[in-house]
Amino acid sequence: MDSIKGKVWRFEDHVDTDQIIPAERLVAENLDKMDEFIFEKVRPGMAQKVKDGDMIVAGKNFGCGSSREHAPRSLIQAGVSCIIAESFARIFFRNSLNVGLLLVECKVEANEGDDIEVRPKDGIVINHSNGKEFNFPQYPEFVSELVAAGGLMNLIKEGRF
Amino acid sequence: MKKGKTIAEKILSDKSGVDAYAGQIVNAQVDYVMVNDVTGPIAFREFEELGMEPVRDRMVLIPDHYVPNKDVASAEQAKEMREFARRWSIDNYFEVGRSGVCHQLMIDEGFAAPGRLIVGADSHTCTYGGLGAFSTGVGSTEAAAVFATGRLWFKVPETIKVELTGEFRPGVGGKDLIIRIITDIGVDGATYKAFEFSGDGVGAVPVSDRLTIANMAIEAGGKAGIFPCDKLTEVHIEGTVRGEWTAFDSDDDADYCQVLRYDLGELESMVAFPHLPENGRAVKDADVKIDQAWLGSCTNGRIEDLRIAAEVIKGRKVHPDVRFIVVPASPKVFSQAMEEGLLATFMESGAYVSGPTCGACLGGHMGILASGERCVASTNRNFIGRMGHKDSEVYLAGPGVVAASAVAGKIVTPEQLEVV
Ligand code: SF4
Repeated sequence: MDSIKGKVWRFEDHVDTDQIIPAERLVAENLDKMDEFIFEKVRPGMAQKVKDGDMIVAGKNFGCGSSREHAPRSLIQAGVSCIIAESFARIFFRNSLNVGLLLVECKVEANEGDDIEVRPKDGIVINHSNGKEFNFPQYPEFVSELVAAGGLMNLIKEGRF
Repeated sequence: MKKGKTIAEKILSDKSGVDAYAGQIVNAQVDYVMVNDVTGPIAFREFEELGMEPVRDRMVLIPDHYVPNKDVASAEQAKEMREFARRWSIDNYFEVGRSGVCHQLMIDEGFAAPGRLIVGADSHTCTYGGLGAFSTGVGSTEAAAVFATGRLWFKVPETIKVELTGEFRPGVGGKDLIIRIITDIGVDGATYKAFEFSGDGVGAVPVSDRLTIANMAIEAGGKAGIFPCDKLTEVHIEGTVRGEWTAFDSDDDADYCQVLRYDLGELESMVAFPHLPENGRAVKDADVKIDQAWLGSCTNGRIEDLRIAAEVIKGRKVHPDVRFIVVPASPKVFSQAMEEGLLATFMESGAYVSGPTCGACLGGHMGILASGERCVASTNRNFIGRMGHKDSEVYLAGPGVVAASAVAGKIVTPEQLEVV
């Protein structure tokens, strides 16, 4: 994964998991179609418009609130490739690592619809729409290993945890 | 010389066998892992893929969010949990009637205890910090990992010390303190950090209030909210706690990343306005009409909360325009409230009393709000659409304010009720 490109869906601070996928959708029978419900209360229609590779750019504390793993899973199902936020809530952060959703902790200048490129290995975000570049730090060693393995379950399957 | 440790550092050192300090990543032995009916199904599927034996004695399965089954979909989901429990012979599965809000049940059933390391696939697992445990919310996949290995990785958190002095004034309690703290530091003020409560004031905070405070640590982004264990803690768990436990206290020379100080005697009744728990204001400055008052949840659905609310509402009537819904958090709370006559008091006032469930706390069932409706709730979250329609509003407050507001038809303190 050297480079990912996508269009921006812009959000602000404190996007909670109830916004990402409301509690009333959290029943087992919905697990394979959670993408239909993302942000339905706060951005009606977004779920139907998201294209594969699109990214979310947000402010502080993205993913706060409930521990529902349905949140990162539903975003992956919808085709969201990456979330770039100033900071993440901790349970959402850990959940995302385990289900394979790429998170980039970085403050970037971007508007809805901008073309963004993320280079995870180089720690760079490029906004092609405004020509600006932003740097982000690498994960700690163990966390990088976890991400490279594709989550905790894979580490267990490989006998490495 | 070695540095001193916080309670969080001590518990994580004890459970990992590593001399751990903030910032380190440790692999630690977990005492209990809990899942509920919403987070369980994903955990079960992930676990089954591993083809491993579960650590069954340390697993606790609690249906509480959508039970008694709300509809066919939730019935199927509850069945999934029941069948998983049977297939793997998990004794700690609690069927409807013996089940309640997961966190209250973890306490009533004696799983939560001082010094323990507990994870739960529910963000309010941090509640047991009120008893001196290190407990924190995880996702379903991580819960499944613990089912299989009995262990999990943790980044040892930095700790914010909250020094308490004085005593609550009458009518003021744990909910008011935690809303004050979250309002002061913001909903991300403690992200990736633990709170540790200390100081002379701690002894004056009843355990029930400590649980309320620890419960909402996550509402400031906190990983845990930990109280030291004292006589009150021991009395609280006596007779219910399972197995051995060890209390840890912090060292005088432990490192804290931040120190907050509160004089409990200076706090007043608080209410958090929509749509974030950091929007706290003094109740006396609120002028908000309500359609519903909701008493229950892992935050304030304990017997102590019901007693406070019943005392306020005794001999009074629920406002004609208000639905007052009372949901004891567990069977133990329910039967105790029945014995003490509290349920009768609520019903005489015109309240609706239900059996234990998360119910409307998360917008599940039994008290969902329509568009434009406002609810004052003893719960912990007032996010957009949390209790129903996206254009409904939730105001967070303590049990006394919820009961007084049910009578007044607007958000008031019990004292204001006397003047009205
Ligand atoms: S009572 Fe509310 S906050 Fe507590 S576990 Fe249930 S849904 Fe979550």
